[in-house]
Amino acid sequence: MKLTVWTYEGPPHVGAMRVATGMKGLHYVLHAPQGDTYADLLFTMIERRNHRPPVTYTTFQARDLGADTAYLFKDACRQAYERFKPEALIVGASCTAELIQDDPGGLAETMGLPVPVIALDLPSYSRKENFGTDETFYQLVRALAKPMERTARPTANIIGPTGLGFRHRDDVEELTGLLSEMGVDVNVVAPMGATPTDLTRLGAAHFNVLLYPEHAETAARYMEKELGQPFTKTVPIGVNATREFLAEVGEITGLDPKVDESRLRQPWWSKSVDSTYLTGKRVFVFGDATHVKASVRIAREEMGFEVVGLGCYNREFARDIRALGKEIGVPALISDDYLEVEKAIEDASPEMILGTQMERHIGKRLGIPCAVISAPVHVQDFPARYSPQVGFEGANVIFDTWIHPLVMGLEEHLLAMFREDFEFHDEAGPSHHGGHAPRPEEKVHTGGQPPAPRDIEEPKSDNLGSDVMVWLADAEKELKKIPFFVRGKAKRNTEKYAAEKGMTQISKDTLYEAKAHYAR
Amino acid sequence: MNKPSNIQSASCADAPVLKERGQREVFCGLTGIIWLHRKMQDAFFLVVGSRTCAHLLQSAAGVMIFAEPRFGTAILEEKDLAGMADAHQELDREVARLLSRRPDIKQLFLVGSCPSEVIKLDLQRAAERLTEEHAPHVRVLNYSGSGIETTFTQGEDACLASMVPGLPKTDARELLLVGALPDVVEDQAIGLLSDMGIGPIRVLPAARADGAPGVGDNTVYALLQPFLGDTDAELLKRGAKAIRAPFPFGEEGTTAWLKAIADEFGVDEATFDRVTAAPRARARKAISQAAEALRGKSVFFFPDSQLEIPLARFLTRECGMEAIEVGAPYIHMGLVRPDLELMPAGPTISEGQDVDLQLDRARAARPDLTVCGLGLANPLEAEGLTTKWAIELVFTPVHFYEQAGDLAGLFSRPVRRKEILAV
Repeated sequence: MKLTVWTYEGPPHVGAMRVATGMKGLHYVLHAPQGDTYADLLFTMIERRNHRPPVTYTTFQARDLGADTAYLFKDACRQAYERFKPEALIVGASCTAELIQDDPGGLAETMGLPVPVIALDLPSYSRKENFGTDETFYQLVRALAKPMERTARPTANIIGPTGLGFRHRDDVEELTGLLSEMGVDVNVVAPMGATPTDLTRLGAAHFNVLLYPEHAETAARYMEKELGQPFTKTVPIGVNATREFLAEVGEITGLDPKVDESRLRQPWWSKSVDSTYLTGKRVFVFGDATHVKASVRIAREEMGFEVVGLGCYNREFARDIRALGKEIGVPALISDDYLEVEKAIEDASPEMILGTQMERHIGKRLGIPCAVISAPVHVQDFPARYSPQVGFEGANVIFDTWIHPLVMGLEEHLLAMFREDFEFHDEAGPSHHGGHAPRPEEKVHTGGQPPAPRDIEEPKSDNLGSDVMVWLADAEKELKKIPFFVRGKAKRNTEKYAAEKGMTQISKDTLYEAKAHYAR
Repeated sequence: MNKPSNIQSASCADAPVLKERGQREVFCGLTGIIWLHRKMQDAFFLVVGSRTCAHLLQSAAGVMIFAEPRFGTAILEEKDLAGMADAHQELDREVARLLSRRPDIKQLFLVGSCPSEVIKLDLQRAAERLTEEHAPHVRVLNYSGSGIETTFTQGEDACLASMVPGLPKTDARELLLVGALPDVVEDQAIGLLSDMGIGPIRVLPAARADGAPGVGDNTVYALLQPFLGDTDAELLKRGAKAIRAPFPFGEEGTTAWLKAIADEFGVDEATFDRVTAAPRARARKAISQAAEALRGKSVFFFPDSQLEIPLARFLTRECGMEAIEVGAPYIHMGLVRPDLELMPAGPTISEGQDVDLQLDRARAARPDLTVCGLGLANPLEAEGLTTKWAIELVFTPVHFYEQAGDLAGLFSRPVRRKEILAV
């Protein structure tokens, strides 16, 4: 047993639901107790879908336990087929049904339904959501895709996008545009938007674009082996990755990888002088492995940040992330325990977090700005506007998303210059939607009066003092003058420096000695 | 069955109930934890279940999950199922770790789930053992919130019912109010009753373990929620006396509920009127404003929380709506009869669900307002039906006079929005 409050991933049958809901003409019959239908609302609310997920639940109850549940399952199968007339069915068990051992696959097979029925074996007690998507898509491909003659023009399948995917909708559109500019048509996008019949045409493409390895790597390898289709290894998130991806496509197809970059604004934005202050910003990156890998590269090469911590929650890609950590000399955290992540972030004390919904809340708690780069995400990260992560527009989107939580260069300068002015007092925080929680202990003055001088002997709301280290009055006063968004770091560094020197009191001089010591 | 079919039944209490079995689109009882843990401030709810249970709580609790909530899931792993690890030892270890991290916890609920029920993990025994181990600081209780046994608000019922046998015995004649309501609403109820001279008044659940009410032969209790069937049975077992009344929704429901208690305690008419006149007038005024958009409109309830019958009674009698179907996951006839009696016959009263068939009925009837869960709301909106998502009715303060206008407002808002939007 493991005590959990927050989970980064749902159970594997939710992964299967993401494949089924992404597709059309496919129906999922899930052997599950009453209550498991909660997962429907992830799709109808978070992704704001306008139809019910194509899932029929057997919703067995306590009184059904025993031989009854197998009949319930068969009834549900028959009714689902008659009502929805899908092109194919997938059948499987949720965690509870796994325990009662009804074998949905075997039961469905004996029913003689006139469409393909694909049984899913998703071990709920050892695997999670991403395994569910990957395995479900693989089983569908294995059952439906056949070798066939290649299309006359160069074509690719885009594989990996699913229901409830972080920006999958717009990534597909952006990627389709990129490929089209190179002269590559898209054969099938799957699972998202595809029908089971479409999956039978997968073999016609010249190659596969593996957009999200979490959801389709097993299928990509299968198609490479059985259908002779190579798949792309670079996920085109970020400018350099996109260019590398296009080169890869060029190599596979023999086409010229040059595409129109006139709408790519990210490199100039990043080079412009207002971005200078971004140099060396210390960031912590956490999420699913694919987005973490892409983000680490963007952070270092395209934004000029320093990555001080990285990690992923999906163990399937632990090796990749560890290797990346080793390559850039940063410890990699493989964990699905948000408390461990919180601890790692606290220890690294970054100036910014790139993570999931969860890291955004950690950021809020620690007062560190955060941008979301990966699922799991809440409803606001399924936006109405076009906002891909992939390709050149994706690079523009990422630049804006990442820097908005930070105090802008000019603003940072002004805040530092006028910090004694009442309008720019510390508690005002950045004018952008930053990660700074309000500090209710010190009321903001109104009516144009300057704030009363603060008594530095009093315990401070932002916890300037320390239990073990005594801050002398002059040092404390000086510390107050440091802009609030770096003050915490300055305090920690100074105390660390003092502790290393065996000091128990911190004077103004200690503060500046520490500053010099840690100067970059 | 043998009832003459040509006689019009007078109220819904006499109407036949359409009982359906099939696919259900409902929450399981675990979701009750989300509001119960806010109410019981020194309790922790530990679900013993699977990743699905944890994911459900996370999805249902939304942003609450980040507020260091006093609930969590002990996720069963492969080794727990294969018998490689002694489930009880594992549980003891997790509980000990939890209690050492949260010394403020006085009541710990081990909440059973579908997986723990199916593998027959004996949480009852575990609770007894852990109570001994952690006495006297923490009391460990157990109930099931599994989907195979409980639907949504039944989780609260199971939780409260599990507490009743352990309540101290008392011979005092006290009024016990049963059901977890937002503090502000609870205070209003107690205020009104106290003004009539009724007391002492106790509540179940109490905010803290040391405030637990006593119960005995002289206890008189009134339910605040229609879904408390098991708790009701447990209280009767302890010798307490039930006051049956319509549930306190709307002006009429609140008045009838208060009146039943007032009568039990011998409050005279003049006192009752003096205390209730002003808030009754306020409630009527607020309802009439908020219900403007609802008059003459039809409503269809999908089953969700068991609040459907009292709410349909409120909407039909006080807001001028016409009910087409009132679906409830369970109907405790003994508890909701007073509400059914007030509702004129006409609507289909249904218990249980076959969601596809029920959707067919809703589509055919094209109600002006459909009250349903979040899994159905957007799909029905996309089909042009106006919906009110039902879960909000459980989380939002809606009981008693001062909330009557808000309650009507919850239903009228989607209708008004439909009229306003011009895109």
